[in-house]
Order: sequence, then C-alpha cells, then structure tokens
Amino acid sequence: MAQHKVNYTQDGGLPVALTSIDKIVNWGRSNSLWAMTYGLACCGIEMMAAGASRYDFDRFGTIFRASPRQSDVMIVAGTLTKKHSEFIKRLYDQMTEPKWVISMGSCANTGGMFNTYATVQGVDRVIPVDLYLPGCAPRPETLQYGVMLLQKKIRANSANKSQKPKRLM
Amino acid sequence: MRAYKAKDDVQAKAYYTDRFYVSPQVPKQEVDTDAVFSSDLASISAKFEVKESFIQVGQMVVYINAKDIYGVLELMRDSLEYTQLSEMSAIDWLAKDNTFEIFYQMLSMNKRKRIRIKYFIDNGQAVDSVEKLFRCADWSEREMFDMFGIQANNHPFMKRILMPYDWQGHPLLKTYPLEGDEFASWYEVDKIYGKEARETIGPEIRDTARVDRYDSQRFARLGFEVPKGTNITGNEAKNEQNYQEDGGVFLVSKFDKKTSVIVDDPQR
Repeated sequence: MAQHKVNYTQDGGLPVALTSIDKIVNWGRSNSLWAMTYGLACCGIEMMAAGASRYDFDRFGTIFRASPRQSDVMIVAGTLTKKHSEFIKRLYDQMTEPKWVISMGSCANTGGMFNTYATVQGVDRVIPVDLYLPGCAPRPETLQYGVMLLQKKIRANSANKSQKPKRLM
Repeated sequence: MRAYKAKDDVQAKAYYTDRFYVSPQVPKQEVDTDAVFSSDLASISAKFEVKESFIQVGQMVVYINAKDIYGVLELMRDSLEYTQLSEMSAIDWLAKDNTFEIFYQMLSMNKRKRIRIKYFIDNGQAVDSVEKLFRCADWSEREMFDMFGIQANNHPFMKRILMPYDWQGHPLLKTYPLEGDEFASWYEVDKIYGKEARETIGPEIRDTARVDRYDSQRFARLGFEVPKGTNITGNEAKNEQNYQEDGGVFLVSKFDKKTSVIVDDPQR
C-alpha cells in the first residue's frame, strides 16, 4: 500500500500557505461536492455502491444529501421518464449556484435502450449536463472517475462571481 | 431488412396489421370434461346468458354480455368461491372488427381453479366498474383507461394512472407508435419550456449509435477535445490525459508511483 507522510515541519514550520482566491475557493468547492440523492433506476444501485464503504465517496468529500437546497451536484442515475421530467427541472432549479450535473449511464445520456414514447431521450433535453458517463450501468469506479473529472473541471474554471449560471435556453 | 413503408399517417391506421403473426390456436376442450368447471358454468348460465365457453390450458374461458359483468363477478365471488381477481385488462381488436375484448382473470384458492370471464365492447363504449367487488380493480381499470381509453362507469377516480394527467393518446393501442407520436416526442419540451423552445432544443435523436465527430456540441473526440461549440477542422492538437493536476492541489498531493508498492499477495 502507499506510504503517506505529512511533513508538518516544511516551510520552516510556518503554518502558512500562499494561494490565490480562485484556487482556495475551487479547492473548497471541488473537495466538498455534495451530491443529490437521485437514483432513478438501476444506475442508482451503482451510485449507492460508490457511496458505500467499499468505494467510499466520503473520502472525496462527496456526501449524499436528500435536499436539492443542500447539494452542489446532481447525479442523474437512471432512466428519466417524460412524466418525471418536470420534477427533475424543478429540483435542478432548486439547487443553489454553483451547481453541476453528472448524467450517469446510457439511459440518462441518450434514453439508452428505451427507444419508447415514455422515456426522455437524454436528460440534456431538460437540464444542462456537465459530464456524461457511459455504461449500462457504469461501474462505481466510473462514477468515482467522473467525480474526479468534475473536480478537475471545477478547478480549471474561475471561481469568479461573474461566471454566468448555466441554462439550456 | 424490412422494406421501407411511409409512416406519415401512422396515427390513422394500424400499421402493425401487415406484420402481425397469427399464432395457431391452443387446443380447446369441452367444459363437461371437468366436473368443477361444468357445475360453475351451470350456476352462471342459470342466471346470465353465456355466449361461449371452453377449457383452454386447464382454465375455463366464459364469454358473456358486457352488461352482465358486475352480476357475474358478484355471483362468482359470493357463491362460487372465486374470491380473487388476479388481473383484468383489454385486448385491442380495433383493426379486425373495431372492438375491444375485456378479460377478467378469476382465481379460487379453495377449488384451485382459474376462470377467465370475457366480453366484447365496441370502440368508444364504456364498461361497468367492478371496483365495488374487488378493490384491485380500482387501479386495473384506471390502467385500462390509461392504456386503451376505455372508460369504466361508477369508478371512484377515473383518471390516468401510469401516464401524466395531461397526456394525449393511449399508448397500448396498436395504432400508437412505439416511439411516440408528435405530442409524445415534444412532451417534456412543451411542458417545461413551452412550444417556442422546440427550435432551440431540437427533435429527439432516436439513433443512439449516432456519432458525428464534427459536432462539438454533443460529441467529444477522446484525446482531441475542444471547447463546446468550436468548429472542428480536423487538425486539433492532442490533449494528454492526466489523472490529476501536476503537483496536486492544495493539501492534496499527487499520487507518486515510485513511492508506492504494488500488492502481489491477493490476500494481503
């Protein structure tokens, strides 16, 4: 296993680190991505597995919240039906800025194998999506990697207030 | 591949008729080959008109008149020990003779027998609700209304159950296209953003295997990613995939392969 060692005496023992506002804000945002509990179908099981002890989302600072008002990222895990589409839009609107969306699995990406009248052919028809995860269902590792990519995306962007909220139209 | 046929007026006609495989009939037996069924049938036919009856796969099928359904099920529940309504729904025969066939699957736990009560109604005709006899018929009749558009009289809450209340069309009709009609394909866009958003959001893409490497709005070419909406020329620079920022971020150090070991023992 990897040997971790934290050197508390570097920089002459000074408890000081220099950084920029952007970096410190994005560090906070990217390492405390609270996800909304949004398991719509079988992908939700993989999402739960990613959150449980074997894969353990908590160590990324990703904690599942039951309320959109407390969450930063919506992981759409599963098939979105047309009947439910208005509610996903409402929940997305209730999340506070900044917010991100991960579309998890084939069904959320494109409607997947449900080429029918009752399935929304991709959640990006309803809400703006930041990250698409392929797979049916994606393994928990895929979701972990997706969250890491999202962290990377957050760190790459400016944390400035003038950044405009995303919207479909 | 199947030969192409225009599906412009797909709502108007049943386009499944030409490729419907008519399966051979399951053999039928006379009712008097079974003592329990023949006595049950005698009790039913003493009070109500029975149009046809036979035994198929060990279950008796009885055709009656549509107006008798409440009385027949009441008689079967109270006198003949058929205490469970396993399921009920309709069959679409509109393309054949403009009728629906309604069936009620009854189960007797005491006799260990099943009877299927059936009748035909015309298109647009309502059925009598049996919700007062069997509570499970509440949702079944709502589903029948939702999927076929058949109303049930005296039902306490005759609303859709599966599809949204503002849905148009009845999806289990054989004339209903599987991928949905015009209303279905724009349902979520119309409802959430309004009809004027149709042009912005665009029609549904039903071909999930479609990949367009020059479309940077929807697709990214792995290793050659460009910002969304950029015009792709084909000479994009290769993006090296790195797992984490060089040197890591604040308080999170970069994973170093040299200072770690590979675990050889699977049991560790």
